[in-house]
Amino acid sequence: MELIREHPILEFSHGRLVKFTFEGREMEGFEGEPIAMALHANGIRVYRETPEMKRPRGFFCAIGKCSSCFMVVDGVPNVRTCITPLKEGMRIEVQRGKGKIKINHEGDLK
Amino acid sequence: MKNTEVLVIGGGPAGLSAAAEAASYGAKVMIVDSDLRLGGQLIKQTHKFFGSAFERAGTRGFVISDMLLDELKGYGDRVETYSNCTALGYYKDDGVVNCMEGEENYFKVLPKKILVATGAQERLIPFPNNDLPGVYGAGAVQTLMNVYGVVPGKRVLMVGAGNIGLIVSYQLLQAGVEVAAIVEAMPRIGGYWVHAAKVRRLGVPILLEHSIKEALGKDVVEGAIIQQISPGCGFIGEEIHVDCDVICMAVGLNPTCELLWQAGCEMKYVPQLCGHVAIRDRSMRTTNPNVWVAGDAAGIEEASSAMVEGRIAGLSMAHELGYVEDKEYREKSALYWERLNALRNGEASAKIREGIAQVLMESSGGMER
Repeated sequence: MELIREHPILEFSHGRLVKFTFEGREMEGFEGEPIAMALHANGIRVYRETPEMKRPRGFFCAIGKCSSCFMVVDGVPNVRTCITPLKEGMRIEVQRGKGKIKINHEGDLK
Repeated sequence: MKNTEVLVIGGGPAGLSAAAEAASYGAKVMIVDSDLRLGGQLIKQTHKFFGSAFERAGTRGFVISDMLLDELKGYGDRVETYSNCTALGYYKDDGVVNCMEGEENYFKVLPKKILVATGAQERLIPFPNNDLPGVYGAGAVQTLMNVYGVVPGKRVLMVGAGNIGLIVSYQLLQAGVEVAAIVEAMPRIGGYWVHAAKVRRLGVPILLEHSIKEALGKDVVEGAIIQQISPGCGFIGEEIHVDCDVICMAVGLNPTCELLWQAGCEMKYVPQLCGHVAIRDRSMRTTNPNVWVAGDAAGIEEASSAMVEGRIAGLSMAHELGYVEDKEYREKSALYWERLNALRNGEASAKIREGIAQVLMESSGGMER
């Protein structure tokens, strides 16, 4: 992972290292840290493809305000990955288009 | 439905200060913050603050955040905090605030008083490919490297030589990342000279009257074209190719003001405060009698003044709730205003003073209970 090893001022205390998948590929990241940061540390920079122009998008604001880093996480679309904590075994996918909200057989939103 | 006396929306320097102040008098406070950690932008700041000793000059930003959180811990159950929790909407008819924990768990809060301390959001300027992954806000770069220790890239082009552009350039160098250049459209450096001097001493060129013309790359940023600009804002001279994988945008901030609009607060566009801001009285109370504002949401300034504004708002909310005697309120409020005025006294704050003068109501019904 592309992590800062030495810093004149800061000390980084990371949590537990856990496994997750990105587009089916297994990767490692720190539990509880934002998904977007874990992906970036693994060299992943394209998180989404826009609905109309099919443009690649990565993260931009990192504070959950700009919607650039929306991804599909465990089947849920439009997840703000810059402020959603990573958990063991998460399935993370590039979001293509607007994403579909799953509706269960009672017609309620999942 | 959750009930609280004071709901603080945004746990940055302003929100945490307001929460501490209100709780110190006995008010029950709930803080919601969309980020995973409280502290707002403070947790990303590795530099020592200027300003005054009251506002912890000489202390690094992330340490100030820890100090505020420690202070809040001292108030025990009186202060409830929700991180990774976004305030989505304010419903004027019943005064309910709708919140979302994570991405899917919703709950309602009915507060007696609300502080909107939602901070700011990054501006972007138009240029071809400005949506490519690798074009990052300066705050985002700080989050990556200073909060989570992730290397943002190999070589960065910084756009903007205000304080944020200068400070983040220095922080990039501290993290071992190369800074190709800082481009600034204005004919002068916008930030403090001491910050500019630090990056210049480390060999980073600051190109004034230069801006980014285009980001290069197919799926991610692979470079940039910069060029000199004339006072009339057209590009002149030779195109300069910059080898970089990150383009860091430090071109200013806008106050995050959606909830204030929803709450029906009277708003005004004030260029000196960088966007639409709420008209407020000297207690930071808006024209909605249950809504206060503080920090960057009240106008882009800096963390030291945000903390004082937060104290003023927290004190006023506690006073309105009946926790503070009138005499104590008047004296402490005067003290905080003295500190705020001292912070805004310098030549660099002339713009802020002009801006504040446009939105400060001289008197308010809010002063009478």
